[in-house]
Amino acid sequence: MRSRFFVVTGAIVGLYLILEMLRRTGIISLYWAQIMDLSLIITISAVGLSLIYGFTGQFSLGHAAFYGIGAYTAGFVSKSLGGGAGVAGFALALLAGAAAAGLVAFLIGLPILRLRSDYLGIATLGFGVIIRVLLDNSHKLSPALGGAKGMLGVPQLASFVWIFWLAVGAILLARNLIASSFGRACISIREDEVAADLMGVNTTALKTLAFVIGGALAGLAGALYAHRYPFLHPSTFDYLKSLDVLLVVVLGGLGSLTGTVVTAVGWVFLLEWLRAILPAEYLDLRGVVYALVLIVLMIARPQGLLGGQSAKGGKRRAVA
Amino acid sequence: MPLLECRNVSRYFGGLRAVGGLSLTLEPGELVGLIGPNGAGKTTVFNMITGIFPPTEGEVLLEGRSLAGLAPYRVTQSGIARTFQNIRLYKEMSVLDNVRTAMHADRGYGLFDALLRTRRFGAAERRLTEQADALLERMKLSARRDEMAGSLPYGEQRRLEIARALATAPKLLLLDEPAAGMNPSEVGDLLELVRGIQRDFGLTILLIEHQMSLVMNLCQRLVVLDFGEAIAQGTPAEIQSNARVLEAYLGKVATA
Repeated sequence: MRSRFFVVTGAIVGLYLILEMLRRTGIISLYWAQIMDLSLIITISAVGLSLIYGFTGQFSLGHAAFYGIGAYTAGFVSKSLGGGAGVAGFALALLAGAAAAGLVAFLIGLPILRLRSDYLGIATLGFGVIIRVLLDNSHKLSPALGGAKGMLGVPQLASFVWIFWLAVGAILLARNLIASSFGRACISIREDEVAADLMGVNTTALKTLAFVIGGALAGLAGALYAHRYPFLHPSTFDYLKSLDVLLVVVLGGLGSLTGTVVTAVGWVFLLEWLRAILPAEYLDLRGVVYALVLIVLMIARPQGLLGGQSAKGGKRRAVA
Repeated sequence: MPLLECRNVSRYFGGLRAVGGLSLTLEPGELVGLIGPNGAGKTTVFNMITGIFPPTEGEVLLEGRSLAGLAPYRVTQSGIARTFQNIRLYKEMSVLDNVRTAMHADRGYGLFDALLRTRRFGAAERRLTEQADALLERMKLSARRDEMAGSLPYGEQRRLEIARALATAPKLLLLDEPAAGMNPSEVGDLLELVRGIQRDFGLTILLIEHQMSLVMNLCQRLVVLDFGEAIAQGTPAEIQSNARVLEAYLGKVATA
């Protein structure tokens, strides 16, 4: 038990040091470093949706909205502080982004989490549209938010060390949750909500818990995004972007955290790789290739890349 | 004081009366059978007791306390567990986790213990796992511990449902057709099993069953429902010779 802990910790620290060195020496170019950071940010957000949909079974089409709330809240806090508060100010902005998204998840979760599957999907979709419209009109609230013209001037404080370790932390947090009684209760809701209720599980509280933690992780991802890419625009947090995260979670395999993480990173790199190899005039074909990958994978492995390990070892599914 | 008391409970679905004016009392330690033709309202009685479909009229009391207004999970936490007519296991979870999930209310640690993996979390999880393993051992399911519940044969799924219900530490166990789909030898094993757990766990059991051999051998007392009303209560021998019961099951005797 102990030795495994040290091996895993050693591997993660080693990975970090190698990546950091490759970046410092320029072997990983600034361009690909930026893509790597984006892949980790998307991972944090996808882990959040994995908790909500993959493990608790609550179909959500509004994940990008939490991502946007986190980005705009954190961006606004940082911009107001003017970058003078340094690391403490940055940490505060990240916390504010995650907390704001978590709070909104709690407030909208109360009325809509009683809905089941398709209906919940439609309600979260509506929520995503509302947030998009609010962001488009955000300049009426405060000119600093920029409205439909987009938001500039958020200090770019999210370095690789922050992004990497927050991603590790998010994954660890999710893993610990899933491998606890709370996680088992969430999975039981996905499996059979009526039975879970009758076995003493407060389904409302646990669905809300998953929704709040998942939303807060998306908020954290958005907060990092705001401090890594200098231009925030409402279209980045459009409800269509919710589909991207949903696809990552489904492709990775519902109920597989490893699948979510691997797919999130792989997906971001796949899109960029396509951009690199396709001639400029065919760049739009990216969407076709991407859709084809989806269709082929759903035919070949409907349970997702790493889903359904269950067939081999029973214990794997709940923990992996 | 009776363990469970249904006082004049009725349940309507729109204009349809599924159960009407039923009064039922269970003393601690009793093993009572609830029988009746299909559609008589037996499962509705279970749904009223567990709070899934609360009674439209009347009230249910557990140890003298009314269960009115309690959500199903609160009813379970106060000491009533059940199994289902059509098995409702968590198919994509391991056998062990099916049982451990039912101990969620008794987990003994908070969210932050879980997220930060505190010492309390470790100790409590070990205790939960030990208790779950003991239950699996008791239900002869230890060999299946790490398999997916959905992959178990039918008879074992029925036993796992009972194990999961016991994991909620109930005082009253409601079994909904536990012998459905079983062959005579499996029914014999089930009979021993139900007697055994009733004794070992000090349970009161109310069971719905169509297999008369099981009901007549196992139950001390029977309640017969027909069209949502209790038409007879008594010992198995009394019920077997009750004219109204025969009529409900076989139809009215033609009189010349």
